[in-house]
Formats: sequence, C-alpha cells, structure tokens
Amino acid sequence: MTTALLTDITIFVLALLVGFEVISKVPATLHTPLMSAANSIHGIIFVGAMLIAATANNALGYVLAFVAAAFAAMNVVGGYVVTGRMLKMFRRRTVPPPASQPGQAAADGQTAAANGSGSRA
Amino acid sequence: MSTFDWIIQLVYVAAASCFVLGLHLMNTPATARRGNQLSTGGMVAAIAATLAIIIHAGTISATGWIVMLAGGLIGGGAGLYAARTVQMTAMPQLVSIFNAVGGGAAALVAIHDYINLAGRAAGPAESITITTLLDVLIGAVTFSGSIIAAGKLQGLISAAPVTFPGSRVINMAAAAIAAAASVYLIVTPSVPMLLVVIAAALVFGVTMVLPIGGADMPVVISLLNAFTGTAVAMAGFVIGNWALIIAGALVGASGSILTKLMADAMNRSLRNIMIGGFGTGDSTPAVAGPGGDVRSVAADDAAIQLAYAQKVIIVPGYGLAAAQAQHQVAELAALLEERGAEVSYAIHPVAGRMPGHMNVLLAEANVPYPQLKEMEEINPEFPRADVALVIGANDVTNPAARRPGTAISGMPILDVDQAKSIIVIKRSMGHGYAGIDNELYVNPKTSMLFADAKSALTDLIASVKTLVG
Repeated sequence: MTTALLTDITIFVLALLVGFEVISKVPATLHTPLMSAANSIHGIIFVGAMLIAATANNALGYVLAFVAAAFAAMNVVGGYVVTGRMLKMFRRRTVPPPASQPGQAAADGQTAAANGSGSRA
Repeated sequence: MSTFDWIIQLVYVAAASCFVLGLHLMNTPATARRGNQLSTGGMVAAIAATLAIIIHAGTISATGWIVMLAGGLIGGGAGLYAARTVQMTAMPQLVSIFNAVGGGAAALVAIHDYINLAGRAAGPAESITITTLLDVLIGAVTFSGSIIAAGKLQGLISAAPVTFPGSRVINMAAAAIAAAASVYLIVTPSVPMLLVVIAAALVFGVTMVLPIGGADMPVVISLLNAFTGTAVAMAGFVIGNWALIIAGALVGASGSILTKLMADAMNRSLRNIMIGGFGTGDSTPAVAGPGGDVRSVAADDAAIQLAYAQKVIIVPGYGLAAAQAQHQVAELAALLEERGAEVSYAIHPVAGRMPGHMNVLLAEANVPYPQLKEMEEINPEFPRADVALVIGANDVTNPAARRPGTAISGMPILDVDQAKSIIVIKRSMGHGYAGIDNELYVNPKTSMLFADAKSALTDLIASVKTLVG
C-alpha cells in the first residue's frame, strides 16, 4: 500500500460520489444523451493511448498503441458528435412556432434552429 | 514538481471539472447543449496537455508519432462518420460500440503497461498488478459483451436469449479461469498467463450477454456503460493519471444509476436479468386475466373520439419506432392541438431500447420536449384524459402488473386504464415480451384499432382532417 495508491483511491471514491450526486438530477428525457455524453467522457482513455504510443519501443507495443488510439479516438469523436446531434433535436416548441409565443421561447431560439440531421426519416 | 508539471496537472484538474459541470448542465434540456460543449472543451484541454507532456519529455520515437496520429485519425474518422450517419433508432447499437471500443482501449493500455513492466528486472509492484488486472478483466469483458449486445440490437444475433447446452458451464469456467490466472499473476509476473486472463475475460463477456433477452437491453447497455467507466478509471490507476480516474468514476456512477433505474422500471433484480430467460415471449401465463370481449374499431370512429377530446395522452412503445411512425404521431398530435386539445406523451422508462430512447425518437420527430412526460408525472393525469392512445406499447400498460402472481407483477406501469376511453393501435392480439395477455384490451373502455402503426396513424390524420374541414 503506497501513498500514491491511497490518493488515487480517495480521488476515485470522491469522483464516484460527485457522479452519483450530479447524475441523479438528470431528467429521464435526457437519459440517452446522458449515456452518450458519458460515453464521450470515457473517451479520455485516448490520453492513455497517447502515453503508451510515447513509451512503445517494439512492434508489439506499436500495434497495441495503434489499436488503442484508434479505438479511443472513435469513442471520443463519435461520442461528442452524436451527443451534440441528439441535443440539437430537443426543442421547447414545434418548428415553425405557433402564433402565440410564450415568454420563454426567446431562450430557445438557438435550439429551435432548423436542423438537417434531425429531419432524417 | 517543476512549473511545467504544475501547469499540466492543473489543466487536468480543469478538464475533470469541465466533465462534472458538463454533466451537471444536462439537468435541463435547455442547458444540455452547453454542457456537451463544456465537456468537449475539457477533453480538448486534456489531450493538449498530454501532447505537451509527450513533446516536453522528448522520448517518443518517430514511429510512436505516426502510430498515435494514424490511430487518432482513422478512429476519429470512423467515429465521426458513425455519429453523423446513425439513425436515431440505432442509437443503442452505437452506444454499445462506443462502450466496446472504450473498454477495449482501456484494456490495451493496461496490457501494454504490464508487458513493459514485466520485461524489467524488478517486475511490476503488487498494487500496480492488481489495478492492471482489474483494468484488463473489466475492459475485455466490456469489449466482447458490448459487441454481442450491439449484434443483438442490430439483429445480427438473435435478440431472444441464446442458450446452448453447457453455455452456463462455459460462462462459469471462464470466470473461474480468469480469477485463478489473476491470482497467479499477482504472485508471479508472467506475460503468457496475462493472455489466459484476456482470453477468459473475452469468453466471459460473450457468454454473459448471449443469454440475455431483447427486452432487457436497456439494463445491459447501462451496465456495460458502467463497466467501461470503471475500466477507464482503472487505467487511470495504472498509468497514474487523475483525469482518467475522475472521468472513469463519473461514467461508472452514471452507468450504475441508469442500470438501477432500468431494473427498477421492470421490477427485476440485476441477478435475475443476468441469469436471463425473460424476453423469450413463450412463457405461459401464470394467472389468467378476467376474460372479456375485445372491441374492434375503425379508423373513422377512432378519429371522431380523438377529434372531440379535450385531453389526449399518447402512450408510445418501441412498436411505434419499429414501424418508423414517429413523424405520423407528431403530425396527428399537432393536428389535435390545432383543434384546441391538450396533448401529452406518457413515456415509460423502458419504452425504448436504451434509457430515454423514446424521448430522443420523439424529439427527432419534432415533438417539443415539454410534452414528454415521465411516468410519475403523467400517471395522476390519466383519469382526466378523454382519450389515451396506445401505440406499440404492451406490457407497460397491463393492469395485471398490479395483481400478484403474474409475470409482470409489481412492475411500475402507466395507468392507461384510468383514462375515460382508450384506443389501442396494434397489429394483432399478440403478446408483449412478458408473454401474457394484456387485460387492458378487454377493458370495456378500450377500442382496438387493428393495423400497422404507420398506416393507422395516416388514416387517423386523414379522418381527423375531414372532420375539421
């Protein structure tokens, strides 16, 4: 048992608790984008893939680093793009908006913007 | 610590904070996009800091650069293409694939680290070995399990529980071999034995997901998501990087919460789901429901009911998405709203193939999110609804769940039977996943509109328009 390990465990446990606290407030409506956002966050493993590419010094090491980098990059890029694409579709009003506009509609101007990917059948 | 190290570590702290705040902003649809952008910013900062470390250390070979860039570009390109082209109905498969590659990458990082350390005279320290093993085990199980889950969701592998003689034995044996080989590795560093651990974990992942039925996919995806997060956190332990530990823990927490919510929504324990067998659609009804006549109705008559209703609650199930009728239902709802009716959607937590899936499908069809109501929110409103329109949902509307002794007893359901009248669009009297009769269909207030969801909705729209005209 080293101090470094103890510190790592402390950080892990605290982050887990913060995660429970923050995520339990996400409404069910957004659970799919939430999971997709969580997906992109675990794409941080790309950092790990970069670091092993930097220490690799033989063929096997390079192969492992290459596959890890490709996997992680797919995870991180795909995760963020698809989450953004989904969140763009959540609108407060139907488009085009009906004649009577409630007060909060202004705040949603940008989310209401027409979205090409959203109209895919 | 040098100034350079200080700056790098602070950037990692900032990146981790961005992830937490990004998730926090997802507590309302209005701020969620900003949350995703903030999270993306954190990720870019973390990657930039890592690049700075690598350049500063200066030990990376030219091949190392090529490998990193080529891998990043190829993987990033594939991810971008998949994210841009995926259909919203296929979202669960995509999330599964991202779980698979994330878990796989985490396992590879640990494997590389272990091989490097095993080559040295001193060998790896015990604490490093344990976290490495956890990373490899969880990562490999997630990788193979998620690929099987994606295959089932895509229809490449039967969605029904796949069991064959000895499948349970193979699953147990794989777990035992992985555990025994791991214990051996803690005592004696050995690369060949690590390969045994990897192989056993991969087999375990496959045999874990194969027997799980299609109806349980929301739980499985959530669980694999939690696994991926944990694997990434373990990778953080292995390479000593706090950003990975924090990010992994956040994802682990998110996956665990969703797993619990989904299991609760089906009133089933995780153990029960993992053992499998549900979702076959061929189990016999335990208790026969009260018999009664089914009343069939034509689209014209159903349209009259809808057109003169003040309050309509639409209950969509996965059958709606399977029939690709989300746009038709949104069009019908808009039409009824124009006539002054109040329309809302009752969304059961397991209405889709992953948590919250139905909400995304309806949002894509241009349904404003304030109309999408969660189960607890909408249930008290059913008694005031003139018409409840059930499309492609079955088990989650069955009042039999309130009585003990049925396959779905205790499952939280939508109180559709409390509405003043009920219209069910369904192709036949076929059973849902639970394989039991739906007592809602013989309720005297219920009219059955036997048709494909898409054509039924198209007919309803046409009929309502005639009434308006």
